[in-house]
Amino acid sequence: MMYAIGDNIVCGLGFNTDEVYSSVRRDISGVKRCEGTFGVHEPFMASLVDESMVDDVFDSLHNSRSKSLCRDYTKFEKMMIISAQNAIEKAGVDASGRDFRFILSTTKGNVDLLGRQNTDSERVYLWRSAELLSEWFGNTNIPIVVSNACVSGACAQIAASREINSGTCRYVAVVGAEVLSKFIVSGFQSFKALSSEECRPFDKSRTGLNLGEAAATIVYSSDNEENKGNFAFCSGAIRNDANHISGPSRTAEGLFNVLDTLTENISSEQVAFINAHGTATLYNDEMESIAISRSGLNEIPVNSLKPYFGHTMGAAGVLETIISSRAANDGIVLGSRGFAQSGVSCSINISNMTKNIPERGQAPYFIKMLSGFGGSNAAILLKRVL
Amino acid sequence: MEIKAYSRITADKMVVNGSTVYSSSDGENINLTDLYRHLGIDYPKFFKMDNLCKAGFLGAETIIRDAGMDTVTPKKDCDIVLFNSTSSLDDDIAYNNTIEDDANYFPSPSVFVYTLANIVTGEIAIRNKIMGESSFYVLKEFSSSIIYSVVKETAQETSANAVLCGWADFLNNTPDVLLMLLQRTGDGKIQFTAENINKLYR
Repeated sequence: MMYAIGDNIVCGLGFNTDEVYSSVRRDISGVKRCEGTFGVHEPFMASLVDESMVDDVFDSLHNSRSKSLCRDYTKFEKMMIISAQNAIEKAGVDASGRDFRFILSTTKGNVDLLGRQNTDSERVYLWRSAELLSEWFGNTNIPIVVSNACVSGACAQIAASREINSGTCRYVAVVGAEVLSKFIVSGFQSFKALSSEECRPFDKSRTGLNLGEAAATIVYSSDNEENKGNFAFCSGAIRNDANHISGPSRTAEGLFNVLDTLTENISSEQVAFINAHGTATLYNDEMESIAISRSGLNEIPVNSLKPYFGHTMGAAGVLETIISSRAANDGIVLGSRGFAQSGVSCSINISNMTKNIPERGQAPYFIKMLSGFGGSNAAILLKRVL
Repeated sequence: MEIKAYSRITADKMVVNGSTVYSSSDGENINLTDLYRHLGIDYPKFFKMDNLCKAGFLGAETIIRDAGMDTVTPKKDCDIVLFNSTSSLDDDIAYNNTIEDDANYFPSPSVFVYTLANIVTGEIAIRNKIMGESSFYVLKEFSSSIIYSVVKETAQETSANAVLCGWADFLNNTPDVLLMLLQRTGDGKIQFTAENINKLYR
């Protein structure tokens, strides 16, 4: 068990968790139509973070820093630093300590620097992004990058729990970050995975996903000092389908094995809700419904947050864990925006309405579930503390 | 755990359990397709893979077959934990070349899919029906102590009986692979320690 003692979200809906969560509660989505953005010809739907706002917020942090850290940071680097600094301040801990480690969750980092002239060529490496993050806080422990496609955000939290449970560290900051570029958008377009309208997870009329930019941070601690914890991480599991590199298993083998492991010692009545991956692609949502159904978890309320944030890839697992924890502490299951009629073959408990958690006292747990390319599946079991 | 078998692929040769099984001709960098043919493997999907996957696949193939593991039985008690420094940069560059120039814009899903570091764990999992944990981490440079501690903590948590782990990197036509097959009990010749990982890599 480890405790989340500080968190932050930077995304299209705001620059801190409270602001972002309050927008979600008011049913505001960050997803908008983008035309000509990044030099991509075909329009696409995405939740972008305003670059000039990132610059302004970053400059205010930057002024209080030493000259040695002055350099031209990229939007990706600025977002991860803003998010980490805000979360660490909330946690009130010293991030330069020997007992503190950074874990960065990202799939593509600064990939848009490829082919650009006059840039420091090391900056495209994911480890260099993590190093810049650690350096900003004066932390000398080697940072770890988790790059496990779209399940990275759950894997990074699992990696953090192993660091903490083994006694290697007392604090771990899990930072998930992703920005969009021509590289990423064109790739998803070539896959024909993007929806031309706002995505509709699990719905009959769903046609694909929306992309999104975000940086999200959770500072985990080995103990719940002064009851600062917003929620607790209990356990996690990662399993491979061993089936296909870009399509999920038709029998949901990997995700079923994940859920089977995760719910070994608890009953389904104790789980308030499952926050699914819910990308709104035909195959992903179908596979998730099979996994939930095969695991006998059909009664548990299920939701997807992708219509608010788009699919933020390496950041998704961190961002969606934070929003789900706020909902769990408030005693509610957030609705799945845009859902009207089930379009998956197994019966699962999904709704577009935000509802109170029934029998809240008996259901302290919630599950964050993810699935991604490379046959990877992951889920984590979390517990509210309020 | 014990290191039951290991393979090493560098710029000019492949070494399996300490014996050189293939060397490139004078001064040339190793050609992974030549290596595949030399090893007598029959797996047509190999030709669709990007360089990182090819290198990781060949490193895994030799030691997994030698250990007597088949390609059909589902293996829920085996994990794959890999590390490298350049992520999928080799394929990222290849994909970027297909979109950079507006006059020559042809983004390909079959190139794009390999622009994720962990696809190599997926390719090895598919070939061998390995259904345990699969994880990919990126570090600045090879670190035997981090590889040791992350793999040890992983296996402890999943209770895996076998783990395929190590370093799988490819950039600038140069593979840098050290894969190790760990088992809980073996002949006791090489213990899984940071020191031994370092010896096998150097």
